[in-house]
Amino acid sequence: MSQLTKIGLIAGLLISSLSYSQESNTDLGQIHGNFQTDFQYYRPDSLIGAPDVPEQFLLNGFMNLNYTRGNFSAGVRFESYENALLGFDPRYKGTGIPYRYATYSADDWEITAGNFYEQFGSGLIFRAYEERGLGFDNAMDGIRARFRPAPGIKITGVIGQQRFYFDKGDGIVRGIDADWNLNESIESMKENKTKIILGGSFVSKFEADLDPRYNLPENVGSWAGRATISKGKWGLFAEGAYKINDPSTVNNYIFKDGHAMLVNLTYSRKGLGILLAAKRIDNMNYRSDRTATVNDLLINYLPALTKQHTYRLPALYPYATQPNGEMGIQTEITYTIPRGSRFGGKYGTQIAFNWSIAQSLDLQNINDTTDIYESGTDGYTSDFWSWGEERYFQDINLEITKKFNRKFKLIGTYIYEEYNRQVIEGKTGFVYMQAVILEAQYKLSRTKTLRFEAQGMFTDQDRGSWAMLLVEYSISPKWFFAVQDAWNYSNPDPNRQIHYYILSFGYTKGGTRFLANYGKQQEGIFCVGGVCRNVPASNGLSVTITSTF
Amino acid sequence: MKNLLLILALIGSSTFLHAQAHLPSVDLQNLEGATVNTSEWENDGSPMVVNFWATWCKPCVTELAAIHEEYIDWIDETNVKLIAVSIDDTRNSMRVAPFVNGRGWEYDIYLDPNSDFKRAMNVGNPPHTFLLNGKGEIVWQHSGYAPGDEVELYENILRLSQGLEIEH
Repeated sequence: MSQLTKIGLIAGLLISSLSYSQESNTDLGQIHGNFQTDFQYYRPDSLIGAPDVPEQFLLNGFMNLNYTRGNFSAGVRFESYENALLGFDPRYKGTGIPYRYATYSADDWEITAGNFYEQFGSGLIFRAYEERGLGFDNAMDGIRARFRPAPGIKITGVIGQQRFYFDKGDGIVRGIDADWNLNESIESMKENKTKIILGGSFVSKFEADLDPRYNLPENVGSWAGRATISKGKWGLFAEGAYKINDPSTVNNYIFKDGHAMLVNLTYSRKGLGILLAAKRIDNMNYRSDRTATVNDLLINYLPALTKQHTYRLPALYPYATQPNGEMGIQTEITYTIPRGSRFGGKYGTQIAFNWSIAQSLDLQNINDTTDIYESGTDGYTSDFWSWGEERYFQDINLEITKKFNRKFKLIGTYIYEEYNRQVIEGKTGFVYMQAVILEAQYKLSRTKTLRFEAQGMFTDQDRGSWAMLLVEYSISPKWFFAVQDAWNYSNPDPNRQIHYYILSFGYTKGGTRFLANYGKQQEGIFCVGGVCRNVPASNGLSVTITSTF
Repeated sequence: MKNLLLILALIGSSTFLHAQAHLPSVDLQNLEGATVNTSEWENDGSPMVVNFWATWCKPCVTELAAIHEEYIDWIDETNVKLIAVSIDDTRNSMRVAPFVNGRGWEYDIYLDPNSDFKRAMNVGNPPHTFLLNGKGEIVWQHSGYAPGDEVELYENILRLSQGLEIEH
């Protein structure tokens, strides 16, 4: 704690002395950064399954401190888990500096030593990133170099080890990526209306083979190629990836190679946007430790092609990509009914339709005597074009936003979802869910606004149906107050037909925010920015402070 | 460790060093997939707004929709430019172009799919709005969005375009 107090003290000093000064002295450089602390006081509540916390309260905090001067920059991140909040991996323990870097950049090159984040293409074979709110961080620790040998050409090389809580994984990850913008680098294409960007990457991991059973590949290489083509209203992105055989805990030690394919086609003009996306993932679990599971030591990123719902009830059933294999399609249409038309009204009415589906691969035995996913074999075969029979997820949703006048705005949402709990969460069952949400925003004055949400989520499976009400009152630009209650009214266990109420209060000044919540959080999956994790039920007070300086 | 912290505190409290005054230099993608460096952004000596948002962030979308209704007037009166940086990752970054066009937004949109620019600007959670004066200096910022926040933002843009200082 004393360490953390000190961090807070420094933060205070920094903010008071730095944040609002406008004149700059570039000779001495600049210090800037941000911090966040999450404090939670827990009340045991056996009814909702909130565990007893012996420490009574837990705290997560971090602070980034960066220094820049001309072409040079360097920084550190302090992190503190005293102890880690429930829902975070307990291997986040204590206080330390797990992230530090120095970068020097010139006109056509840049070099970073220490920790860095990086993504090649869409991340199918390499993505180092952080999602602090979810406790995810696979930052590299090593060296990164970038070169721009000619206009429109960018080459990035990386080597290092991956972050593993307050430690590093043993495996070494190295890779190179090239990005080639044809219109910028070829003279005759400069004025061309068709824009073409090509890219390719190679990534390899090294990990010693100490396995007594199998002769495992110590160097696992992967390749990816991509193209972005756009012309006027049309856009096309496609990326394909290949990985050599990489037996691991996640794929039950099969010696099959891996494939991934991602295609996106978009058409858009003012008032209309259409997206069509498809993907196929086949045995693409890729980690720098073949025994790692869950979110540990991931080298690549396999995006889910489904809409992320952020309303509290439907957010309980989000999808997560199945790295061992899946096929999926997503389509989305966004349309604005023009202003002045019958349904458009004075401001225009927005309609967003989204449909997505994810299904298993069509797996076939490699021969009569070998089971599918049998360890030490090639595992299975699967036809590229044929869909498997098992439904993982389906979501059909429609959202209509209409502003009636300067004061009043309504958003109506309908969601139908099929959710394979066994595949997504490893629990039994399949959930069919429908949700209806009505959100209203009413401006009382220029700065004071009332916002309501009424949500209903109806299902016969899992924990049954829910109803929820939220009322929020905000006074721009500084204050907000909210009350919400989610009621699990048809839980099959009558003792668990509980009200999960939360009272919230927030204060904002400039780049600093203070937020307090008091109440019961239901168990479920919590998603921010594309990563999901299970949050356990909790009951009590939480306080979050964030600041950018 | 303790000494390091103390030194940093001393450095921080000295008056010679200042918080980030200009935009850092980071490569982003435009909606055609081409790389654009943030240091190339300029607006002919008029104010610029840099807004961090995401398709999954409800208050962000509410904020950009609210500004959208007044944006033409803002440009007429102050010549301001709003740059909306989407921090959507690959899962959603490809939805951004149809998402934005379908809503008729006329902002300059850039993609920051691995949050490199977000990190360089020390942004915690979206939405987060920065205001730059005609010299490209960051003079104001605001975290989060409540309806009506755009009024304060625009008052500050007006002050800048009239050559006045921003009040904090």
